Amino acid sequence: MKQNMTFKEKLLLFISFAGPAMLFFCCVVIIPLVYGIYLTFTDWNGLADLKNFVGLTNYVTAFQDSTFWSTLLMTTGFSLLSVVFINIIAFFLAYLLTSGVKGQNFFRAGFFTPNLIGGLILGYIWQIIFSRVVPSLYSAIPIPLFQKSWLSNPSTAFASLVVVQTWQLSGYMLLIYISGFVGISEDVLEAANVDGANERQTLWNIRLPLMIPSFVICLFLSLTRSFKVYDLNLSLTAGGPYNSTKMTAMHIYTQAFENHLYGVGQAEALIFFLVIAVISLTQTYIGKKREVEA
Amino acid sequence: MSESSRAAGGHKNLKQAGKLTIAIIVFCIYLFPFALVLVNSLKTKVSIVKAPLMLADPKGPQWINYQNAIEKMNFPRTFGNSLFVVGVSVILLLIVSSMAAWLFVRTDWKACKISFSAMLASMIVPFQVVMIPLIAIYGAQLHWLNHRMTMVFMNLGFGVSMCTFMCHGFIKGNIPVALEEAARIDGAGYHRTFFTIVFPLLKPILSTVAILEILSYWNDFLLPSMIFTRKEFYTLPLAIRTFYGEFSSDYGNIMAGLTLSVAPVILVYLILQKHVIGGIVAGAVK
Repeated sequence: MKQNMTFKEKLLLFISFAGPAMLFFCCVVIIPLVYGIYLTFTDWNGLADLKNFVGLTNYVTAFQDSTFWSTLLMTTGFSLLSVVFINIIAFFLAYLLTSGVKGQNFFRAGFFTPNLIGGLILGYIWQIIFSRVVPSLYSAIPIPLFQKSWLSNPSTAFASLVVVQTWQLSGYMLLIYISGFVGISEDVLEAANVDGANERQTLWNIRLPLMIPSFVICLFLSLTRSFKVYDLNLSLTAGGPYNSTKMTAMHIYTQAFENHLYGVGQAEALIFFLVIAVISLTQTYIGKKREVEA
Repeated sequence: MSESSRAAGGHKNLKQAGKLTIAIIVFCIYLFPFALVLVNSLKTKVSIVKAPLMLADPKGPQWINYQNAIEKMNFPRTFGNSLFVVGVSVILLLIVSSMAAWLFVRTDWKACKISFSAMLASMIVPFQVVMIPLIAIYGAQLHWLNHRMTMVFMNLGFGVSMCTFMCHGFIKGNIPVALEEAARIDGAGYHRTFFTIVFPLLKPILSTVAILEILSYWNDFLLPSMIFTRKEFYTLPLAIRTFYGEFSSDYGNIMAGLTLSVAPVILVYLILQKHVIGGIVAGAVK
């Protein structure tokens, strides 16, 4: 880059190279973000041009909206359960596949398949499984779990959301764990072997600590993606039965586009954002502190 | 070979066989839902409800399910809409972000630093935070809804941060400035230098980004559902949702519709599998 550019030259260069990207970025992300904060102080109903300034009323309503907090609690429970299952399954599958099983690439590609499809379609597929296939198994395996559709009861409907989320994301996290396992240097493992460490000791004392970076990435990705779940929620349970499985993202949508409480919905969206940001940043911070060098 | 080492070898083989068996079982469980949909897409409603696990319908394969699904989802038009939106978005995204990334790497201007930091910071903002204001601005005030280009515009806005970030890392680490300087000395302008020297060298990172973004744009539901309210603009996820809502008891048709919407992605995946997996890992680790 030339050193002695005039301001006009710089400006032209900036506009022609970064201009388009910044234009799209500002129009779609930055301006709505700022405008959204403004909306939380108004009583806009989606139709009228008229927006009255209402101060902190929307935030007060949001804090008193018990449905919002119960969806947030449920979303947190859903995310924590999913994150635990996703990462345990993904880690052990990755361990299994990197311990000399033939056809590693084939298995890896297969496990990843659910991630190619959007949550909406996956939800529809599993809806048929939970509501049709499961009860049809009852005649062969008569246990209470198979007696009726999983989606007709709040606790099994919740469980089915966790099952699908785990099924989908474990195949994704698996890829990251595999690259973590492959990245551990042979020398370290050799040294452990020479020192007489058995397979389990090597796994717990050598591999696990060296894979903390992979854990940090996987926990972050699975946690944030579970918190924001919407498509799957919509197609699998639609929040039912009796709104018992409605997650926060869906509640915000309902508040704004069905109840026409745009200001309240936006205030809740901002609170939701803060919750996600605090949880995921804390988790990344703690994880980074535990990283070790080989 | 002594007795004991042979026994150890046998033990090891047994262990490997055990691991392979576990892998195969889990593999079948993971792919079971897709197999189920595929198998049932050729059965009548009655036999799906009575015996969803039965492999074939006693009345023979019901190709009519596919005919119905294609017709009712208006598959060619829907597929074309998806293809158009995703194609235009991704091509523009790659050009626009790589240009910005190059400028951000090669200059130390304050404007570039601020722009880049803003992009990085924006990546943790969930869609739900900008969803309502987006509709307030582009729907209620500007009336931009129900245009394919609005969808492209928003895809670009949501995509540039990640794409610029990934190109930024790649240019910084892999493209020597010396190459560009040589071209500059030969009298090429900045744009010419970028497009003839830098852009072709970005192929590895651009294909990674393209794969990630194609998948996310293709499967996107919430944003398109707010922008396209008219059926003629529906993309695949929108069409499948309406189709499911209208024919929710017509299981045969539903299964055929689901197969049709899953099939294109799976087919492309079968061909480009290695690149897709590589791209996903590269994208996630960054």
